[in-house]
Amino acid sequence: MTYLAKPKLHHPSMLTNARGFTRRDYEGRISTLCAGCGHDSISAAIIQACWEEDIEPHRVAKLSGIGCSSKTPDYFLGNSHGFNTVHGRMPSVLTGANLANRNLLYLGISGDGDSASIGLGQFAHLMRRGVNMTYMCENNGVYGLTKGQFSATADKGSASKKGVANMDAPLDTVSLALLMGATFVARGFSGDKGQLVPLIRAALRHQGSAFIDVISPCVAFNNHAGSTKSYDYVRAHNEAVNFLDFIEGREEITTDYAPGTAVDVTQHDGSVIRLHKASADYDATDKVAAMNYIQSHQAKGEIVTGLLYMESNPSDIHRNLNTVEQPLNSLGARELCPGSAMLEKINNSLR
Amino acid sequence: MKPITAVNDFVVKFANVNGSGSASANEMFAKSILRMGVPVSPRNIFPSNIQGLPTWYEVRVTEKGWLGRRGGVDLMVAMNPQTWDNDVKEIEPGGYLFYDNSKPLPASKFREDITVIGIPLTTLCNSTYDDPRQRQLFKNIIYIGALSILLEIEEESIVQLIGEQYKGKEKLLAPNVNALRIGRKYAEENLQHPIGLRVKRADNVGKRIFIEGNNAAALGAVYGGATVCAWYPITPSSSVAEAFQRHCQKFRVDPDTQQNRFAIVQAEDEIASIGMVVGAGWNGARAFTATSGPGVSLMTEFLGLAYFAEIPVTIINVQRGGPSTGMPTRTQQADLISSAYASHGDTKHILLFPEDPKECFEQAAAALDLADRLQTPVFLMTDLDIGMNQRLCEPLEWDDSRSYDRGKVMTREMLDEGRDFGRYLDVDGDGIPYRTYPGTHPTLGGYFTRGTTKNARATYSEQGPDYLYNMHRLQQKWHTAKGLMPQPVLRKAGKPARTGVLYYGSTSPAMSEAVVELEAQGMAVDLLRLRAFPFPDSVLDFIMEHERVFVVEQNRDGQLRTMLMNELEVDPARVIPILHYDGTPITARFITQAIAEMIKALHLGQISGKVA
Repeated sequence: MTYLAKPKLHHPSMLTNARGFTRRDYEGRISTLCAGCGHDSISAAIIQACWEEDIEPHRVAKLSGIGCSSKTPDYFLGNSHGFNTVHGRMPSVLTGANLANRNLLYLGISGDGDSASIGLGQFAHLMRRGVNMTYMCENNGVYGLTKGQFSATADKGSASKKGVANMDAPLDTVSLALLMGATFVARGFSGDKGQLVPLIRAALRHQGSAFIDVISPCVAFNNHAGSTKSYDYVRAHNEAVNFLDFIEGREEITTDYAPGTAVDVTQHDGSVIRLHKASADYDATDKVAAMNYIQSHQAKGEIVTGLLYMESNPSDIHRNLNTVEQPLNSLGARELCPGSAMLEKINNSLR
Repeated sequence: MKPITAVNDFVVKFANVNGSGSASANEMFAKSILRMGVPVSPRNIFPSNIQGLPTWYEVRVTEKGWLGRRGGVDLMVAMNPQTWDNDVKEIEPGGYLFYDNSKPLPASKFREDITVIGIPLTTLCNSTYDDPRQRQLFKNIIYIGALSILLEIEEESIVQLIGEQYKGKEKLLAPNVNALRIGRKYAEENLQHPIGLRVKRADNVGKRIFIEGNNAAALGAVYGGATVCAWYPITPSSSVAEAFQRHCQKFRVDPDTQQNRFAIVQAEDEIASIGMVVGAGWNGARAFTATSGPGVSLMTEFLGLAYFAEIPVTIINVQRGGPSTGMPTRTQQADLISSAYASHGDTKHILLFPEDPKECFEQAAAALDLADRLQTPVFLMTDLDIGMNQRLCEPLEWDDSRSYDRGKVMTREMLDEGRDFGRYLDVDGDGIPYRTYPGTHPTLGGYFTRGTTKNARATYSEQGPDYLYNMHRLQQKWHTAKGLMPQPVLRKAGKPARTGVLYYGSTSPAMSEAVVELEAQGMAVDLLRLRAFPFPDSVLDFIMEHERVFVVEQNRDGQLRTMLMNELEVDPARVIPILHYDGTPITARFITQAIAEMIKALHLGQISGKVA
């Protein structure tokens, strides 16, 4: 961890966004993670994305499970409410919180141990239900806080720091999210903020279950030769299928890219994402093709990153449950209690 | 053997096959007696099965209004060949056996000391109906018709019930009335009637209603303002969530938009159910789950978090026997300790003990208030006996001036006024801190929620003094809770009594009956019915005021007694367990006999105190 205290004064030239907030207003406490931890880069990307999106910090609810990743919500959006829940069960707490107040933005922060091992069931069911949220899995293939055990996302054959090979098949969170019905699925790399920030922004705008798996190397336990989650390995095997831009109003597609490689996708809220294709044959609106692409490249040892799948008109749990627009936590006895006259009728029907 | 004669005081037991449509006919039988002003207390005795296994419905007809199970059977309606032998054996000497004599049975299948009443139900059905399903369903109505002649149940009260049941489905009304009359006609013309058991119109039902505890608890959750329900199916609690859904569809749909003022999620398991309730409670909605013992076991990690992070949570625990392959369709009060002390670390949870559906309603609503006020998990400890049986109870009441107690919630206005906010700070000396709902204020009142690694202002801390501050404050809060709980109900004996009895929950009707019998036998006892945990000081006073106190429970290990010893530091010799735990509801006969024997033994000096 770093022991340098953050200066409290803002530099006068620091930019403010449309809501009048500087980037500093989206920061949290000082991180206690190891110097160079990928997770800190992800926190920085979240701060940047929220600032760029002009989000009011207090309208975000941060929820996490247990592990290094799940500690990070303390390190960004310090004015937001956060909840460090129990291991692997953040999805259910987030679901309940979302049911209580549909008007907040929900950010779920988890890790590979939290999501792919102990919490696999809740992870799958969360995606099935179409809870409107951004779920980020900070994926390093290893249990950090308990000192370096393999997680379920560790690749078969990859070696631990002590040189032991993992013999179990890896669990791919991205494929699982697609299969379970997530309507926005992406993968990023903590070492590529330029790609990651727009992915987070797009996920925050998405009005359904948005999932981003971020490969985030563990400098303490999983950054050595033989690891498939190290900075060097991921840089060498990163197969980015696209990059995102945000467009305010319809702009013409610029000529920086080869014809046919930039596609505009309109989200449910009306905003437009421009996808710059890095791979000409990748279609992020075709779920089955996306699954095939991810699987076939994974088989070659490549890590497919970018916006992998997006449904522009996603379903959402509140729509499915037909709940009122007003947050349930703001309803009082007047709206909720049928009253004594009705109770008398009920009594009469029970005689 | 002289046949039993009794008016408005006998037990009829129906032995049926699960899934044969007998349930609604049997319920009609019970209700028709109620309509004659005579109290009844029915109980379903059913297997963990959908179709084909034996099921029983036992109706106690009781003019005096004793609603506990009596034990013994005066009239057996034996409709299930599988259980014939045991069913016949169960009849009291001098009792009656009612059966389908379409097929002859050997004399060895009967008893000499009972009255046998045969009626060719199958033959009657087959000659009237062609459709096999109709033959099955109307057979049930035909036997109700025949029984109404034998017991002198007024035809009009049954016809009225049929009319109410098939309101809007008039096509089914006439055939049902017809089936009823087939049964009545046959019995009138061919059977000796009435038999020794008779129903006579009385006026002992009054304004009381007839409702299942699970239904009443669900209504309590509606009236109490629950908006989020997350649950996972488990017998005997599933009908709580299902009733909540039904009531919400009726009472909680916005008339203008047709949108729901509620959210119900059938979760993937009990862990997710409680997780959703914790999330919704954290975010300021009133939320509950309904489950049973095995479900509570799965919820324990979250219960610890909710206790330490101080999240309002309401759990309706409809208790049943044992583990997952335990006795899911049998009743017990065996989850007291596992609920009261659920989870890791030093945790204690509030328990409420309803005695009947009326209290299920009241306490479900109260639980939601208490959970918000105390920011902690609250259990409504009902059981299968109350939850899944229709019980006669006082009408449900609601005071329209009552508002929901949302507890200490700091609002945006309060924060703007400059009120000091520390999430875990005891500002009032009652151990209860203020909370803010997420999203309240742009710059004030935000905090990061965790278990115990925090100080009074919710900042990360592993310091001993910070931990102690919160633990002592939680203890103070527990003390505050004592004054907010539903208080125990005292019933003094007519004369000074040296013996006291403590009991709770579904033991109540049997205990009320037993005390009258004990008094008749010359044993005066004072009763104290507990309604909540933590125990108020009056419980210790009651124990100390008596030479000995019997603790009547429906579990093997005397769980309430253990908690009394643990919490009040009561001398074990002062609290004597009276325990019933075979899965059937406790009876007045059992309690009377057990207490009478124990008192005799104590007088003879045979035992000094604790006897299992």
